[in-house]
Amino acid sequence: MQKYDVAIVGAGPGGLMAAWKLAEKGVSVICFDKKQEIGVPVRCAEGLGGAAFERLGIEPDPAWATWEIKGAALYSPSGKKIEVTSEETMGVVLERRIFEKWLARKAANAGAKIFVKNHVRGVERKDKGVELTVSQHGTENKFFANIVIAADGVDSIIARKMGINTTGKLIDVDSGFQYEMAGIDFEGSDRIHLYFGNKIAPRGYCWIFPKGEHEANVGIGIGGTIQETAREYLDKWIASKEGLKKGSIIHVNSGAIPVGGFLEDMTADNLVVVGDAAHQVNPVHGGGIALAMQAAQIAAGVIAEAVEKKEYSHDALKGYNKLWYDAKGNSLKKILKIRHMLEEMDDKDFESLVDKITSEDVMKLARGELATGVKVTAKLVTAPGLVKKMLKHLK
Amino acid sequence: MVLFVSDFMGVKCDTELCCYCGGCVGVCPKLALELEETKIAIDNEKCINCRACVLICPVGAMEMLE
Ligand SMILES: Cc1cc2nc3c(=O)[nH]c(=O)nc-3n(C[C@H](O)[C@H](O)[C@H](O)COP(=O)(O)OP(=O)(O)OC[C@H]3O[C@@H](n4cnc5c(N)ncnc54)[C@H](O)[C@@H]3O)c2cc1C
Ligand code: SF4
Ligand code: SF4
Repeated sequence: MQKYDVAIVGAGPGGLMAAWKLAEKGVSVICFDKKQEIGVPVRCAEGLGGAAFERLGIEPDPAWATWEIKGAALYSPSGKKIEVTSEETMGVVLERRIFEKWLARKAANAGAKIFVKNHVRGVERKDKGVELTVSQHGTENKFFANIVIAADGVDSIIARKMGINTTGKLIDVDSGFQYEMAGIDFEGSDRIHLYFGNKIAPRGYCWIFPKGEHEANVGIGIGGTIQETAREYLDKWIASKEGLKKGSIIHVNSGAIPVGGFLEDMTADNLVVVGDAAHQVNPVHGGGIALAMQAAQIAAGVIAEAVEKKEYSHDALKGYNKLWYDAKGNSLKKILKIRHMLEEMDDKDFESLVDKITSEDVMKLARGELATGVKVTAKLVTAPGLVKKMLKHLK
Repeated sequence: MVLFVSDFMGVKCDTELCCYCGGCVGVCPKLALELEETKIAIDNEKCINCRACVLICPVGAMEMLE
């Protein structure tokens, strides 16, 4: 049986970044993915904020950072626009399939072993480590690792098999659907466009993430409890937009987005959970690529130390939680409160707020500044009942 | 022996609609679903008919069995 210090399940941004950083630290690491090709299929709008690059210590490469974004435009149900252009809204729309391959190359060149078309079927704790049963191109083989990283995305089966309940509650999960489109017309290809309103996207928004002058990811995320499907909502919305309706769809994808329900403890004996599997997603905009990678870097540091000490217990790994919450988790919790606050508003409330809110307020809300939440809520003076409900979420 | 109707229930997936995104897998409290390359593997013996997978599915591919 092949033995490794660390086995990673899932070669998405989280798993690959963990593989790369662990390999760099000299840890023996293997990474399995059930897919046939790294980076495919893409289930993502491919937006990545510019600040992420510095945080992660990677340089945007023109091979995958193909379209530059300089800001965001937010639209109210009646079409009123708020434009936000700040350092934080700058970023790129990626070619994610190329980006993930790039990550995989980095990881492999640093010494990680990566396997595709390898489905991890079983994980069983044994001899102070974990025995993995992996279906490799149809043949079942066993591997042994001291530590498993569950980076298996929204499915999040591995953590659950190893005793951490990561099941997404519907109220905390968004249902997403998207077309990559070409031959469309829209204004402002240098910014992302977000359209709000309970009629078009209940508890979520429709988006246009440009990939060129006439190409974009056009998608939607709605609350998981909504009866009608995300696809129905998106089709209706596109049909109402002349510039979109005329275009062609060159890629269809769907996905669930774990926007809430954070886990206090993402570790157990021999186990660390990262990325979507651990619900590490921004509750307001649903972005999780950068967060998965940041969590992976933090996890790699903790795991490398554990391996060095030959300690694989929960106690040796749980330091990852605090580091994650200090770095990102605590601010995501605040952003979740803002989300809950915003969800109380109907289209009419939203409309009256749009007139009173500045783009700076929007940025502060997106950052999870609760004081701004209170300030903004106070502007809804004509609806005292609503204000009370909204403020409750900000406690 | 009396069997309740619910004993026979469970879910099915319309593979013509499914985009293989795994969204349903993550919300299933009983690990009754698993994403394979070109299908969702369903273990209806584990299913408790909670409808979470039906609601989350972005394309309406998941259905309760009658
Ligand atoms: C419609 C949509 C739009 C989005 N838009 C954005 C966006 O614009 N910006 C952004 O930052 N985020 C976006 N996200 C979220 C983003 O895609 C995820 O947060 C990100 O992919 C998480 O990375 P990950 O590495 O945790 O998981 P994933 O990328 O999901 O990778 C998990 C991998 O694990 C593999 N796997 C699962 N189980 C097994 C197993 N048993 N054995 C082997 N392999 C396994 C899977 O095949 C998969 O490759 C979007 C999501 C959706 C659904
Ligand atoms: S109905 Fe509930 S238990 Fe049954 S497969 Fe769907 S999510 Fe799982
Ligand atoms: S959520 Fe729907 S589209 Fe996604 S894998 Fe499940 S059945 Fe298929």
